[in-house]
Amino acid sequence: MSPIVQSLCRFYHSSIGKKIIVAVTGLGLMGFILGHLLGNLQIFLGPDTINTYAKKLHDLGLLLWVVRLGLLAMVAAHIVFTIQLTRENRTARKQKYALDGTRKATKASVIMIWSGVTILVFIIYHLMHFTITRTNGYYDPAVSRYWLPDGSHNVYNMMIDGFRVWYVSAFYILGMFLLCSHLSHGFASVFQTLGLATPRLRRPIHVASLIFAWGVFAGNVSIPLAILSGLKS
Amino acid sequence: MAVSQSSLNLTLKIWRQAGPDQPGRFDTHEAKGIPDSASFLEMLDIVNEGIITKGGDPVVFDHDCREGICGTCSMVINGMPHGPKRGVTTCQLHMRSFRNGDTIWIEPWRAKAFPVIRDLAVDRNAFERIQQAGGYITVRTGSAPEANSVPVPKDDADASFAAAACIGCGACVAACPNASAMLFTAAKLSHFNLLPQGKPEADKRTLAMVRTMDEQGFGNCTNHYECEAYCPKLISVETIRQMNRDYRNASARETAGV
Repeated sequence: MSPIVQSLCRFYHSSIGKKIIVAVTGLGLMGFILGHLLGNLQIFLGPDTINTYAKKLHDLGLLLWVVRLGLLAMVAAHIVFTIQLTRENRTARKQKYALDGTRKATKASVIMIWSGVTILVFIIYHLMHFTITRTNGYYDPAVSRYWLPDGSHNVYNMMIDGFRVWYVSAFYILGMFLLCSHLSHGFASVFQTLGLATPRLRRPIHVASLIFAWGVFAGNVSIPLAILSGLKS
Repeated sequence: MAVSQSSLNLTLKIWRQAGPDQPGRFDTHEAKGIPDSASFLEMLDIVNEGIITKGGDPVVFDHDCREGICGTCSMVINGMPHGPKRGVTTCQLHMRSFRNGDTIWIEPWRAKAFPVIRDLAVDRNAFERIQQAGGYITVRTGSAPEANSVPVPKDDADASFAAAACIGCGACVAACPNASAMLFTAAKLSHFNLLPQGKPEADKRTLAMVRTMDEQGFGNCTNHYECEAYCPKLISVETIRQMNRDYRNASARETAGV
C-alpha cells in the first residue's frame, strides 16, 4: 500500500477522521437544506414563480443529476460513518449507571441518532411523495391540474393538494421538528469537530445554531400550515 | 469555641464486584453516625471499619493523596463522577453536601477501556498507554531555564498551564455518555503542543496519541460536553477543539508527505 493510501485509510478509520467526515457531509447537507427552503418559500410568491423555479431546476439536466448523486453520496457517507461511530460508542459503555447525572448534554444532542433515523424515513417518504411516486396522480397525464401548457409540472398545485391531507402535513411537521432538533446540535458540532469553534466564536456559533435550526423549522412548517389553514389554495 | 458538627445516618448502595470477569451487584450498607465534616472517602473508611469488625470484606476503592491532586480516587456518586460538587475530586467532597437519611448510590467508572479490578477500583492503564505514545518531549530539557530565554506568548502559556492541570483521574471518560477519552487526550496534547518546546514534535505526538486512544476501546466524542462539566480540574472542551484541528492538520501533512 502506498504511504498516501495508508495515511488516508488511517484517517478515516480514526475517531476524529470519522467525525470530520460526518461534519463535512453535515455541512454540505445543511447548505442543501437552506437552498431547498429558499426555493420552496417561493410558493408564497404565487404559482408562476414557484412553477418557473421548478422548471428551471428540471431543465438543468445533467447538472441536476450531478447534484442529486452528490447529495446521495453525502447522505450515504453521513449515515455510514454515524452508524460506525454510534456502534463504537455503545460498546464503549456496556453497563449503564444506576442514576442519570447529566449536567450539560442537551436533549437534542442525546437523541441525534434517533432524530437522524426519523429524518431518513422522512426523506424517503418526501421523495416518494413529490419526486418518485406515481400513486397520487401527480404523474398522470390525464390529470390536467398537475401539468402546465408547456408540459412541465404544476408544482404549485402538487404542493397544495399534498399538504391539504392533514396527516401528511402532520408527518411533515414532525419530520421538520426532529430536523430542527438534529440541526440545533449538528450545526454547532460541525465547528467544534472541524476545530473552528474558538472560545471567542463559541457563543456566536451556539446562537447561530439555534437561529438556523428554528429558522429552517419555521420556514418549512409555514408551507403546510398556510395550506391547511386555507391561506394558500 | 467548639465547631458545631452534626452527624448523618445514610443508606449506601455500593457496587460490589469480586473481579474483572465476575458479575457485580449493588449491596446495601447502612452508614450511621457519619460526621458531616468527614470527606466522602473518610465516610467509606468508617463503613469499611464496620464491615471488617463484622468479619466481612471491605469495599475496595482507589485513593492516595486525599488532597485532590493525585487523580487516584474514582467513583460515581448518584450518577455523578466525583459527586455533586463541581471542580473537586471525591476526596475533597465532604459529607455536609448530603442530608441525613439520604440514599447514596456508589459505582465505579463505567467504560470498556477501564475494566473493574474489584468493587470501585478500575484499571486505568489505558490512560498510561495514551500518555506513553507521545505525552512527553523527547529531548532532555535540563534544569529550569532563564525565564525569558524561550519567549512564550502569555495566552499560550495560560492555555497550556490550564491543560496541564489534568490529573488523569478519568472522570471525563466516566461522565461521557460515549465513554470517550477525548478530554484527557486533548488536555495532554494541548499541554505540550502549545509550548515552543513541544511544537517540533506536535504532529507526531498528535497522531500517535489519538491512534493509541482509538485502540483502547473508548467511544468517540459527540460534543455533549459532559466531560467538561465533571472535570475536577475544570479543563475546557477548547482542548478538544485544538486536538481536532491538530489531528486534521497532522493527517493532511502526513498524507502529503511533508
